[in-house]
Amino acid sequence: MSDDGAAVVAAVEAVAERIEAERDHLTQLDSAIGDADHGGNMARGWAEAADAARDLDDPDPETVAKTVGKTLMSEVGGASGPLFGGSLVFAAGELDGGITPETAVAFAETYLEKVEDRGDARVGDQTMVDALTPAVHTFKKSIEVDNLPPIEALAKAVDAAERGVAFTVPIRARKGRASYLGWRSVGHQDPGATSTLFILEELLAVAAERLGVDVPETDAASPTIPDEDPDDAGGSEDD
Amino acid sequence: MKKLINDPDDVVDEMLDGMTAAYPDRLRRLPDTQVLVRDDGPVEGKVALVTGGGSGHEPTHAGYVGDGMLDGAAAGDVFSSPTADEFEELIGACDAGDGVLAIIKNYEGDVMNFETAIELAEMEGIEVESVVVNDDVAVEDSLYTSGRRGVCGTILVHKAAGAKAAQGADLSEVKRVAEKVIDNVGTMGTALTSCVTPEKGEPTFDLGDDEIELGIGIHGEPGTERTDVMSADEITEHLTEAVLDDLDLDEGQEVLTIVNGMGATPQMELFVVNRRLQELLGERGLETYDAWVGDYMTSLDMAGASITVCAVDDELKELFDAPADTPALTKK
Repeated sequence: MSDDGAAVVAAVEAVAERIEAERDHLTQLDSAIGDADHGGNMARGWAEAADAARDLDDPDPETVAKTVGKTLMSEVGGASGPLFGGSLVFAAGELDGGITPETAVAFAETYLEKVEDRGDARVGDQTMVDALTPAVHTFKKSIEVDNLPPIEALAKAVDAAERGVAFTVPIRARKGRASYLGWRSVGHQDPGATSTLFILEELLAVAAERLGVDVPETDAASPTIPDEDPDDAGGSEDD
Repeated sequence: MKKLINDPDDVVDEMLDGMTAAYPDRLRRLPDTQVLVRDDGPVEGKVALVTGGGSGHEPTHAGYVGDGMLDGAAAGDVFSSPTADEFEELIGACDAGDGVLAIIKNYEGDVMNFETAIELAEMEGIEVESVVVNDDVAVEDSLYTSGRRGVCGTILVHKAAGAKAAQGADLSEVKRVAEKVIDNVGTMGTALTSCVTPEKGEPTFDLGDDEIELGIGIHGEPGTERTDVMSADEITEHLTEAVLDDLDLDEGQEVLTIVNGMGATPQMELFVVNRRLQELLGERGLETYDAWVGDYMTSLDMAGASITVCAVDDELKELFDAPADTPALTKK
């Protein structure tokens, strides 16, 4: 197995363990604003995905990512299946040259683009996009503009995602099941944004472990905010 | 609640096996999936029509698979969307090289999973177009949707687009006809009782003996208002007026109507509703071209009905009249 391929399999296993550990937490978040199945669906999906990834013979990163995406698509169901799984299948193609800073940025950008398109959601809608967008933008800027080592860029991305999750609490949901609650969705942390953060945290932990370094400390500088004004984006708000 | 089931987890699987056993020369189940396709498909030289959605709406969806309508349908679990990989299998199995039209009801899960599947199928070189049906005039946004829900009017999309495809029209023409129906159809429903999903085993929502819910969706999701029980005529007037106000038709316009049972309403009551519906159309100066009455898109064992009105022109009349041979709908 290629080193990169093995690293991706290890990351998938770490995510599966983490999501299983957070299963009740995620379901609890979802029961406040949705249909209370996010924890169970995600835990089942990632467990199957880890099994499928382990069963691959000598896989490259693209193949692992595609396999995981396909498995999530068929096991998670609901809207999370196409959002987490479908987006991964499409983004996987960016890894066909292995994992480099450039392919990692391309992968992250494609993943975000697919999630945005499929969910028709933008920052400020109280969805997983609120964690994912600042993470991807921060990662890209850290690599391309600040020339940081990838592990530090990833650490900054996780930090940005964390603040993105916190950002979902005070805002009103405008997409997904929670949007039906209108103002009653205010005060609730979005489960999809939360599971997105857990996934990123595990990617960072596995990457640090394989590089033999500590998880980098970040200075909690403000995350790179995307260009669009959240109030203008996604805009069907009418009251 | 008493139900004729074995294990709630096996309901869909056993239903699909039962369907193929009932129509062995018409329907075939793709191995390891919940997808049913025409036994004689893919049909060479014809655009394929596919759809799918949660189970519990029988005869929707697979009941309309056959000559003159659909080429295949994916069945999700009860009231939940099929997954993207099931939709992808469906599209791949039905394509004969002339392209595929996916007919999607506007429910969030269906739309997302179908769109993902369509992108994957396109990567495999299959030409796929899609339309989203949103005929429910009751609500602008709902528990499951951004925008209006897709309900019983979907059957008319299957029928017209299916007839067009059977005539050998190309993908863009078949899509145009589907969109023409969508632009001209409206539906609204009412529930007299809640449905009972196999898994939950008790009513999805509480509705008093003396109450009804107006503007209901097909999953027991809330309607627009809850009122005291009304007579059949009063309910029919309420639903019909809401649909006709939305469609805003000119006097003399010809229409096709459907009085659709939600699963637990006897035909006797559906015909009573249809009687008043036809009177109301006459009072408004509209002309009935055809009136369908029956269970077309149900909500498990919910009692209630929906009323669908579709404005027709010569082209749509010909397509609605064209031959169809499916388990749930035949035209000669």
